[in-house]
Amino acid sequence: MRAPWTIEGVRAALQAKKISARELVGEFYARIDRRNAELNAYLTLSPERAYEQANRVDLAISRGDKLPPLAGVPVAIKDVISTRGIRTTCASKILENYVPPYDATAVERLEKAGAVFLGKTNCDEFAMGGSNENSAYGPVRNPVAPDRVTGGSSGGSAAAVAAGLAVASLGTDTGGSIRQPASFCGIPGFMPTYGRVSRYGLIAFASSLDKIGPFAGNVADAAAVLSVIAGHDENDSTSAAVSVPDYASEIRKPVEGLRIGVPEDYFGAGLDPEVKEKVQSGIALLERLGCQRVPLRMPHTDYAIAAYYILSTAEASSNLARYDGVRYGLRVPGPTLTEMYRQTRERGFGSEVKRRIMLGTYALSAGYYDAYYLRAQSARTLIARDFAEAFQRVDAIVTPTAPTTAFRLGEKSDPLQMYLADIYTVTGSLAGVPGISVPCGKTMAGLPVGMQVFGPHFNEGCVLQIAQAFEQAGGSTI
Amino acid sequence: MKISREEVLRVADLAHLGLSPEEIETYREQLDGILSYIDKLNELEIANVEPMSQVIVAPATPGAGASHPELREDVVRPCDVSGPILSSAPDAARPFFRVPRVIDR
Repeated sequence: MRAPWTIEGVRAALQAKKISARELVGEFYARIDRRNAELNAYLTLSPERAYEQANRVDLAISRGDKLPPLAGVPVAIKDVISTRGIRTTCASKILENYVPPYDATAVERLEKAGAVFLGKTNCDEFAMGGSNENSAYGPVRNPVAPDRVTGGSSGGSAAAVAAGLAVASLGTDTGGSIRQPASFCGIPGFMPTYGRVSRYGLIAFASSLDKIGPFAGNVADAAAVLSVIAGHDENDSTSAAVSVPDYASEIRKPVEGLRIGVPEDYFGAGLDPEVKEKVQSGIALLERLGCQRVPLRMPHTDYAIAAYYILSTAEASSNLARYDGVRYGLRVPGPTLTEMYRQTRERGFGSEVKRRIMLGTYALSAGYYDAYYLRAQSARTLIARDFAEAFQRVDAIVTPTAPTTAFRLGEKSDPLQMYLADIYTVTGSLAGVPGISVPCGKTMAGLPVGMQVFGPHFNEGCVLQIAQAFEQAGGSTI
Repeated sequence: MKISREEVLRVADLAHLGLSPEEIETYREQLDGILSYIDKLNELEIANVEPMSQVIVAPATPGAGASHPELREDVVRPCDVSGPILSSAPDAARPFFRVPRVIDR
């Protein structure tokens, strides 16, 4: 078996004319053909657009034009991100036949950078879940251990890259939906600062928490994709006008002397001993690379799940009110307008989405708003303060990504137990800071462990720089 | 008990969600468990804590208006997408979306 394709590898092969962009697309579709029936990573393939994009790259090569940064790179896009003319379902029955009339900004920027869109990837319905078992089109299987989950909600995007069915992919992260599947599938997955990547065209789950970010086979490739999709966009009022550095050079900076905060609150009860041991070895490796370890307390960590599941469901209950059978998606006819709404939503939404709409509606309803929603917003302030105070003393924070490795399909059936597994990722989501999960060895059973690195707002470079140094020093086989 | 059957029905009604009889009891039990867990937020002293609705106020955007520095100027731009939008509607009678009658004759 040849080494997996990287962005640099694709570029070199295309420029040396060892392969054409069209042939590369064909190679990836052949692999998808072999593996996707088992893995269920892709929901929709988009060969028409992929070959059109590949043709443009081949034409540029034949003319000797300067190639854009992702020329000919086959990518996959999570099915909650709008793609013009390509079906976008959010892994829901309610949008089974929905075809967006426009591209999300991140998608448009990928296309401009020369990327080739293989198709749309499976996920938990409307990105709500941590195992990809909430997809209306069936779960994704973990390429490392097919009887296990990929994690979620961006399970298809993680599996596609981990199985070599795409060179890179876009996922979305609201409470851990990029970092946790990256950890379970053994690849890097990056969540940018809130506002760093435009949400225009991202079908909303929880607007104050949703972020688009990359998965890739290595940290440098994740950084290359981030360089393309990051930056201000006037179509998203929460998109920040903060200049985007060249991440490719940022990641090459030495990590010597960086102060790494290690919060003891992330290493307590509930953390699998094998995961704990691996992440501690990972931190020791960073120390050997010259980082300085600083013990921390982040005292509000324990309140993050409760705050997150009120705020995200409240926002979701509002965002998902638009699926009413009137303008797009499924309509179940009813005798009255209200009955049409009720029946469309009953039939169109899966059980986790309904549960979250119910919880969010309850938290926002008269008599409960102060007790739940307002209180959760205050808890969010306290959690964000924990991060702000920590970043007065350290350059980055290092923790496990998830308390366990990938669990078996069907193993977790209680919704609250599933929510509690998000403990290490939701904190950073609430604080809006950037974070990565980077491979940190495997357990005795061969299951990947992820180490999470958080950085201060808009300092993606520092996070990537540490992840890169860690990867180069052999962190993935620690 | 944090949430009653009646409250589940009231919430479903507010959210325009039809629920089967089995779902009503399942959701009641599950929401009860989740809300009991969320009660842990009551341990926090929040009297002097400002609630956070947006984590980062994006720095001024290019061409921002003076009264709302975080927002761009409100400039009208052509947006002629009614064709493709209506073509994906479940029941369109151009240029409208058709729904069950809401006004008696």
